[in-house]
Amino acid sequence: MANKIRVATTSLAGCFGCHMSFLDIDERMLQLAEVVEFDRSPLTDIEHCTDCDIGLIEGGVCNSENVHVLREFRKNCKILVAVGACAINGGLPALRNHIPLEECLNESYIEGIGVENPKIPSDIELPLLLNQVHPIHEVVKIDYFLPGCPPSADVFWKFLTDLIEGREPSLPYELVHYD
Amino acid sequence: MSKTITIDGKVIPFEEGQTIMDAAMAAGIYIPHLCHQPEFTPHGSCKLCTVKVNGRNCSACTFPAMDGQDVLSETEELINDRRKITQMLFVEGNHLCPGCEKTGNCQLQAVGYHLNMLDNHFPLFYPDREVDASHPDVMLDQNRCILCTLCVRASQQEDGKNVFAISGRGIDKHLIANAESGLLKDTDLDATDRAAHICPTGAILVKRTGYQVPIGQRIYDHKEIDQVSLETEHLQHGE
Ligand code: SF4
Ligand code: SF4
Ligand code: FES
Repeated sequence: MANKIRVATTSLAGCFGCHMSFLDIDERMLQLAEVVEFDRSPLTDIEHCTDCDIGLIEGGVCNSENVHVLREFRKNCKILVAVGACAINGGLPALRNHIPLEECLNESYIEGIGVENPKIPSDIELPLLLNQVHPIHEVVKIDYFLPGCPPSADVFWKFLTDLIEGREPSLPYELVHYD
Repeated sequence: MSKTITIDGKVIPFEEGQTIMDAAMAAGIYIPHLCHQPEFTPHGSCKLCTVKVNGRNCSACTFPAMDGQDVLSETEELINDRRKITQMLFVEGNHLCPGCEKTGNCQLQAVGYHLNMLDNHFPLFYPDREVDASHPDVMLDQNRCILCTLCVRASQQEDGKNVFAISGRGIDKHLIANAESGLLKDTDLDATDRAAHICPTGAILVKRTGYQVPIGQRIYDHKEIDQVSLETEHLQHGE
């Protein structure tokens, strides 16, 4: 097939659970591979995305790098999709939104139980943490949302086949879950 | 001749004193609602039951049925309004469903599912809210409270107590436990009280019961809230 649909994926402040769930489409992946080509994604190790049709974003935004990656995706993807609870509302990482950042870092790296060599990591390579975790629709425009923690394999399948076959994507009742 | 109203073109009878919600429920028509339970005095605060009555928006749970009313409910405009209202309820609190014991049994979530709400649309507030775990058997997590006052009404009207109240205004409005300490453990709330079970969300939970039914097998996992509501609330109402 000459022009395959180009899909990029990434995990920001997520746990890769959404990516694992996507892989749960199992042998349907072969069907997908006939029409789809993966660009930047943890599945390909391509580091930056070039012109893509669909970008799937797992996870919210918790540090400066997340913001850059998210903007790169928005710039390069015709359709940008928030995948999973964390991308949609911050999810579990957003629990820290109620605790000042300094207290979080102290607890994790200085005073926490079992901490050895207490020191807050400050390597220049490390992205700076944002004060709060944000859902991605607060940073860039998002075209579609796939709720769930994670969205089931069937959600990915329904959404992608709708798009690929030229239908307006929709999720029936059984596929809509926030948990 | 009995008196009638029409809801989305369907003629339904009503009795004097009934609200539009009462008449609809009796006729097997679901109008989405969160702050309403047929046994308690309507409160009209969540606005999810907004319908158009003779061209004006009204809350079906508080608005009296009157002969000849033309009521619109399942229009695209009203469904969109209800979805926006539900999104506002989500962003005003902290609703992390994957970590909530109520998930699958939660009416707020179920209304979201029913309205095919897939995102929050608005920026999230992430408000700072209190959790009161002081009571031996009941837990109060204000992160999930939508201020529907059902617990307030159930405590007063059914339990004959006065455990809960709403305090503060606007964005500072919050639920309080009526005790000098403000703690649930110092009230006369019992786990068997109706007030401990009526919360449509996961704000009031009876301890040690949350995972008796596994996620995936809960009320709204396979059944829509319209059907559940008509089956359960309609019965209570008919008695
Ligand atoms: S109360 Fe309902 S909507 Fe809120 S977190 Fe719990 S399950 Fe989700
Ligand atoms: S605790 Fe539950 S029942 Fe009480 S006002 Fe809040 S949401 Fe309503
Ligand atoms: S159900 Fe009518 S306003 Fe809440």
